[in-house]
Amino acid sequence: MHLTIKYFGMLTEITQCDEETFAFTQNTVLELLNSLFIKYPLLKDKDFQVALNNELVPIESEISSTEIALLPPFAGG
Amino acid sequence: MKEHNVKNIFKEGPIASEFIGNAIAKHQSKITIGAHTIFLGQVRADTIDKKNVSAIEYTAYETMANKKFHEVREAAFAKFNLTCMHVYHSLGIVKAGEICLFVFVSATRRKEVFAAIEYVVNEIKAKVPIFGKEVFEDETHQWKKNV
Repeated sequence: MHLTIKYFGMLTEITQCDEETFAFTQNTVLELLNSLFIKYPLLKDKDFQVALNNELVPIESEISSTEIALLPPFAGG
Repeated sequence: MKEHNVKNIFKEGPIASEFIGNAIAKHQSKITIGAHTIFLGQVRADTIDKKNVSAIEYTAYETMANKKFHEVREAAFAKFNLTCMHVYHSLGIVKAGEICLFVFVSATRRKEVFAAIEYVVNEIKAKVPIFGKEVFEDETHQWKKNV
């Protein structure tokens, strides 16, 4: 499966991009994050949440959509 | 209760005082309204490690942000007896002293709007994925985090 991964805020300073396509053969968010931590070791130390289908999900969740977003702490207002 | 469509709450750059004034003027035809509350978020020139914040650059996960705001809006209409509600948030650079958030809540009586405005602002800060880069006068930066 090809996933589109979106990065926001401080996370883009680590990934050097705000979106990328990622070939992924496993199932869960946690498995995806472990792959991303190999590609971007500094990501591991950052505080962020994961959204699928515009909803925050626990990292044990199965990836059910082709777009996934990594969201650092919110700062609106 | 009437259903509302998902709206785009974002505006590029700061929210001008003329825009806020016009929003108030547009409500003069809605004569069942007896009370409005307005919340304006303004970029503060915080001093951090002896450096002053000169601006905040806002970005957002816009599809999720508009959806989450829509949920906040629906929840507010369910919770309070409101006539209408308008919310705008900036994207891009907003300098210290400029307005980045405009929340405008209207009802027949004041009790509802005082409670609703606090609820809506708190929910936006907690649930809507907006990110802020605090830019200092020397062009270094740090990432803002709501507490």
